[in-house]
Amino acid sequence: MARAATTTDAFNAVAEPRRRQILDALAGGERPVNDLVRQLGLAQPQVSKHLRVLRDVGAVDVREEGRQRVYRLNGHALKPIHDWVKGYEQSWSDRFDRLDVVLEELKEKEEGDVGDD
Amino acid sequence: MSVTTSQSAKVTLPTDEQILITREFDAPRHLVFKAITTPELVKRWWNAKRGEVTVAEIDLRVGGKWRSVMVAEGFGEVAFHGEYREIVPNERIVSTEVYEGAPGGDENGTVNTITLVEKDGRTTLTTLVQAPSKEIRDAIIESGMEAGMQDAMDLLEEVAISLR
Repeated sequence: MARAATTTDAFNAVAEPRRRQILDALAGGERPVNDLVRQLGLAQPQVSKHLRVLRDVGAVDVREEGRQRVYRLNGHALKPIHDWVKGYEQSWSDRFDRLDVVLEELKEKEEGDVGDD
Repeated sequence: MSVTTSQSAKVTLPTDEQILITREFDAPRHLVFKAITTPELVKRWWNAKRGEVTVAEIDLRVGGKWRSVMVAEGFGEVAFHGEYREIVPNERIVSTEVYEGAPGGDENGTVNTITLVEKDGRTTLTTLVQAPSKEIRDAIIESGMEAGMQDAMDLLEEVAISLR
């Protein structure tokens, strides 16, 4: 399968599993590169490459702290993805709200039956 | 009586070809299993807010087929079918799912794994949708986007009626 070489938007940027791992790690707070390298078990150049892609789409921000570069998540850039999934999520929420009602009835029925056993 | 707290389903995208849907229910898992495998019960919730489920056929055994048809307002018939591949009562169902309106037929179907985990009388239901390609996966999510917008329109209509 051919893959697009360039990564220009948030959708492509998070399509890569390693980059999703980085975003997950950063969801817990800002982290220096070395931390990420350790946590992901990847070589530093690889991590840096992924971070560059994420930075290009604005998914992460970076600041210098002494000799370290510290990365943090920028949720705003990921909003298009959130919006995209939201409609699908809503349709399942609607379904499951109805399932709640069905389950409530099954529970009541079962409790009512207990005495018959 | 327990208080019904309507919570939302959580959707994540573990890989390019997958969708993971998670939701917790205030009921033991054998009842959740019953509600998702009994045709008369499926008819009551599978439609979400959109139209009516006219067909819910479930032949719950490995190799058995299922089919659901919903008549959605302003949308016409929407039909899905598939086959059961693995069934562990009250625990796990693996089945295929094909949207009959999509080109490509069964080739473009997904493999769905439903898992039920019970803790303290509550059940977490997860559905992992494995699509054959990113394109199909994305198309599935986009179909939901339309539905979501339809919900928004319905809600708007309800609000408008209440203001009359």
